[in-house]
Amino acid sequence: MKYLLSVYQPQGTPPPPAELEKIMRDVRAVDDEMRTAGVWVFSGGLDSPSTATVLRAKGGDVLTTDGPFTEAKEYLGGLTIIDVPDLDVALAWGRKTAAATTLPIEVRPFYDEH
Amino acid sequence: MPDVPATSRAEIERVFRAEYGRAVSVLVRVLGDIDAAEEAVQEAFAVAVERWPSAGLPPSPAGWIITTARNKAIDRLRREASRHDRHAQAQLLHAVDDPVEEGAVRDDRLRLIFTCCHPALAVPAQVALTLRLLGGLTTTEIARAFLVPEATMAQRIVRAKGKIRGARIPYRVPREADLPERLRAVLAVVYLVFNEGYAASSGDRLVREDLCAEAIRLGRLLVELMPDEPEAMGLLALMLLVESRRATRTTADAAVVSLADQDRGRWDRDLIAEGQKLVRRCLRRGRPGPYQIQAAINAVHSDAATAADTDWRQIVQLYDQLLALTPTPVVALNRAVAVAEVDGPAAGLAVVDELDLGAYHPFHVVRADLLRRLGRTAEAARAYDAAIDGSANAAEREFLRRRRAALDPPSP
Repeated sequence: MKYLLSVYQPQGTPPPPAELEKIMRDVRAVDDEMRTAGVWVFSGGLDSPSTATVLRAKGGDVLTTDGPFTEAKEYLGGLTIIDVPDLDVALAWGRKTAAATTLPIEVRPFYDEH
Repeated sequence: MPDVPATSRAEIERVFRAEYGRAVSVLVRVLGDIDAAEEAVQEAFAVAVERWPSAGLPPSPAGWIITTARNKAIDRLRREASRHDRHAQAQLLHAVDDPVEEGAVRDDRLRLIFTCCHPALAVPAQVALTLRLLGGLTTTEIARAFLVPEATMAQRIVRAKGKIRGARIPYRVPREADLPERLRAVLAVVYLVFNEGYAASSGDRLVREDLCAEAIRLGRLLVELMPDEPEAMGLLALMLLVESRRATRTTADAAVVSLADQDRGRWDRDLIAEGQKLVRRCLRRGRPGPYQIQAAINAVHSDAATAADTDWRQIVQLYDQLLALTPTPVVALNRAVAVAEVDGPAAGLAVVDELDLGAYHPFHVVRADLLRRLGRTAEAARAYDAAIDGSANAAEREFLRRRRAALDPPSP
């Protein structure tokens, strides 16, 4: 069963370099732990929303716009996909991710076909 | 056949209430799906309603229900599996491989409790699911008990089941490291159910008493399954001691009787003995918690042959401990009542007036009583008015009106 762990990042200035460095180290450590445990599927941090481009289908055409889909107080800062047996295991990894990133983590299952 | 003892509908309903949770928890394990389990158990009871009135109760009604439900479910899965339904095929494999063992039934119920009270579900959903799946209450009954429209309650239950399925909330007793936090959630749900039954704020009286009985039944189950958890024991003791006074809490015409005025001869001695024994047992563990201390406070009340014999000093000490563990204004308010008994109503009122609890109607009830005892009649009357306005319970309002009417006329 695959779960998406989304990192919610608040809009505004990032933490000072020393703090950020520790966060990056902790995040990498959790990532390594996931790989060792064999649950890691994918992970990555996203660039700022100002680098985003939105495409919208409209009347048989597709419009291109600069910027994120919506202006929000929080945006998706990064994500991890893990493959684990159930929610309790997913939440345990989510807890580690929250502690490492110091940010709220949303744990959400992928829609299960069966 | 006139010799066969006829089984009344009421008796079948009693079996349903008593055995529904057991049957559903076994079937959830066997089928791996809550909806399928509920459907199968309901089908089995439908057969029972047809058969038992003439055939009489089987020797083990629970065993009969579980076996019948399992067979019904397997029949249905066979039909669906033969239509190339892969989900049904998988479930069928699971169901046929998983025999019903009597010994496993206990664990099944504990698993189901932890699933229903999973912290990934909102508390109202935890309560509704626990009552529905373990207590066998209908959605209508739960909605009525919690004064929520039936459609809202139905939606709450459907959504919670959907989340259990979709997010794959496991059907499992949590591991050691997670147990304290998970157990707290379970105890909170059970106590919430008990209070909802005990508060009798309105609605169907029978359902409400069922809620108390259900909470106590769940409490007993937790103590039986987790004998090393003193807080589980404390919660059960607390519920038993409060329940022991039920018969004397209201008069025949449903008016409220305060603790001081209750006929202590009619308190249930068996429940008191059981509750007090549990209090002693859990306190010996030396791991006090909020439920154990509240149980101990109630045990002190149960010890007093008359209201005047109450050891209020010990009660104040226990409230001091409780306040240290859970420093909330509501605990402080209850402590103030005990302080008033030890140091007089003026001392109690001084504590009460420090609290910011104007929106909590028991605050006005306590204040009104203390002001009355101090002879500050006009202020007492105003406090009674605030208490009456804030209460949603007709019996309690009537009690407060009588108290207000009995106030001495204001001194000139």
